[in-house]
Amino acid sequence: MTSIISDINKTFDHRIRLGIMSILMVNDTVDFNRLKELLDVTDGNLASHIKALEQSEYIDIKKQFIGKKPNTTYEATLLGKQTFAKHLAALEQLIKTSK
Amino acid sequence: MESEKYLAQLQEIQSMMQKSSKFLSLSGVSGILAGTYALIGGGIVYAMRDNFEFPVQFNSFEFLSVTIIAVLVMVLSFITGVIFSIRKAKKKQELVWNQISKLFVMSFMVPLITGGLFAIILVSKREFALVPPVTLLFYGISLVNASRYSFETLRNLGFIFIILGLANSLFVEYGLYFWTFGFGVCHIIYGAFMYLKYDKKQ
Repeated sequence: MTSIISDINKTFDHRIRLGIMSILMVNDTVDFNRLKELLDVTDGNLASHIKALEQSEYIDIKKQFIGKKPNTTYEATLLGKQTFAKHLAALEQLIKTSK
Repeated sequence: MESEKYLAQLQEIQSMMQKSSKFLSLSGVSGILAGTYALIGGGIVYAMRDNFEFPVQFNSFEFLSVTIIAVLVMVLSFITGVIFSIRKAKKKQELVWNQISKLFVMSFMVPLITGGLFAIILVSKREFALVPPVTLLFYGISLVNASRYSFETLRNLGFIFIILGLANSLFVEYGLYFWTFGFGVCHIIYGAFMYLKYDKKQ
């Protein structure tokens, strides 16, 4: 039981961060506006959660130019994907055992 | 109490994964309408057949009327699809033209345009009989290809079109029937199925 609990990650214990990771698990790269649209949050709110995930090294930020427009895209790192997969498995396990 | 929180998290993850990677604004109604246009078009051609002169000549009355009807059915179906997708997306308060719908359209259009050009080349070579099976085949491939970015059941519809296209290429003289059955009947059945399964609930 203790090992399951240790896989539950506090970083993902928030709707927005959980959402960002879920989206990046199934999409290779996603830009800021797309995240904003999907999660229905304000710019500042989204930016702070992105920063938190980046500091944990769960996501990578890629800045590039499309023509003259700057475009920032995000993708999950290998560490991020593995940690999130563990979190997901732990959630499923906890729900199963509580039933 | 705790497990309820975890369950909510799991559901949130699932819904976000689906919402972010699938174009789900396709409406069953547009399938039903597209099928209806094809049935009407096929019916008109069928009714006109008695007055047709065979073999059909290039740029003859027969050739032009069939081409105009086929193009009309296609254009109307396309416009209907776009309008109903916009409506459905608005209802769900989502953007229609986003990363996923772009991927969906791209993966749908590449085989479709290839097939369309191939059909035009066949016409230019006077191979009229192969046009219905080719359009069925390439449309089926488009559906299978694009189903990755939309409802998974779209793949099954694609396979039906591929089978119809192959069968039709074996019996080219029944092109009108295969074409009307595929684009007409199959679209209506599938559209109705989608409508009942996804649209009606909302």
